Amino acid sequence: MNNFKVLVNGIIKENPTFVLLLGMCPTLGTTSSALNGMSMGLATMCVLIVSNFLIALIKKLIPDAVRIPAYIVVIASLVTVLQMLIKAYAPEIDKSLGLFIPLIVVNCIILGRAESFAAKNGPIASIFDGIGIGLGFTLGLTALGAVRELLGTGAIFGVNLWGEEYGMLMFVLAPGAFLALGYLIVLFNKYVKKA
Amino acid sequence: MLVVLTVIAIIAAGVLASVNAVTAPQIEKINAENLAAGIKAVMGSDEIQVSDPWEKDAFVVYDINDKAGAKLGKAVVTSENGFSGAIKVLVGFNTEGDILGYTVLEHAETPGLGAKANEWFQDKIVGMNPGKSNFTVSKDGGDVDAITASTITSRAFLKAIQNAYNQIMAETDATSGARQQTTASDIETPEVIE
Repeated sequence: MNNFKVLVNGIIKENPTFVLLLGMCPTLGTTSSALNGMSMGLATMCVLIVSNFLIALIKKLIPDAVRIPAYIVVIASLVTVLQMLIKAYAPEIDKSLGLFIPLIVVNCIILGRAESFAAKNGPIASIFDGIGIGLGFTLGLTALGAVRELLGTGAIFGVNLWGEEYGMLMFVLAPGAFLALGYLIVLFNKYVKKA
Repeated sequence: MLVVLTVIAIIAAGVLASVNAVTAPQIEKINAENLAAGIKAVMGSDEIQVSDPWEKDAFVVYDINDKAGAKLGKAVVTSENGFSGAIKVLVGFNTEGDILGYTVLEHAETPGLGAKANEWFQDKIVGMNPGKSNFTVSKDGGDVDAITASTITSRAFLKAIQNAYNQIMAETDATSGARQQTTASDIETPEVIE
């Protein structure tokens, strides 16, 4: 598989949100607006790229029996470093995203990709896999966030389209997340993945 | 394999410690700047001196004087459980207990609903005095319009401010003299080492 294929694979064929159905907790929890969804997706992508790369580098040094705890130490350290850097140098991002960053540690996409891709492929391919899966996750979360924000509040990325009074509140709340996600999965698998 | 895991954990700890050493002062600086800007905003004045905070129960109180040293009021950090998690509010009172301003420091309320608290109440409660008015949402017979479809957030928000008011008023009436005395006696009895 060449690197471009690896990249596209993460966005379409193995889209983590709509096909693999991984990382559902942040998917449902953080997509109350398009911007929140996109921020969560991008933060996850950063961690995923670096963790995939590091794990592909050190995989030969790690005995099989302790690989999961070793991966988790690597991932948790990365997320903590990212959190400290954002807090110190990008306080604006921290304000809107601060709550979600620790959630990345428990995102099964990261550990899933470490196990299923980075542990079997080279560091460069693993970076591309991180970018692809990360983009797929970001697109999925942004789409879900945009749908929920539009139906719930009549706005997209905070830009009001037809007035808040016509919003269906339910879509901003948890039940709307499940509904919107369900329909998006159907649409994605019927039209995008087949094409 | 124990060795490998230990080595990885040690390296991770080392990386974390060094990144923390670099970022911690910066984070502290940003927090202090945010707090200072927030206090200026809620007191409605740039010309202020802020005392060292004193903490009582869950409240953090800053005594605010103007540049000449006259009492302007107090800024209080207060919090209350909202719809999802604690809502932390910084609120400024003048010496009478009138609300000068507020800003929501932390919250996890629903976006599009309770999350509007930072803007919603600005033109509603600023200037009110929680001791002299009916400081609850109109649904409960009070004087404040709740955020549409976010009564729980609104109740918690008002309660946080009411609690802060009660706290500083009780403090001003009863114990502020005593507190000043203790600070004074702390200064009067320095350690003498011969």
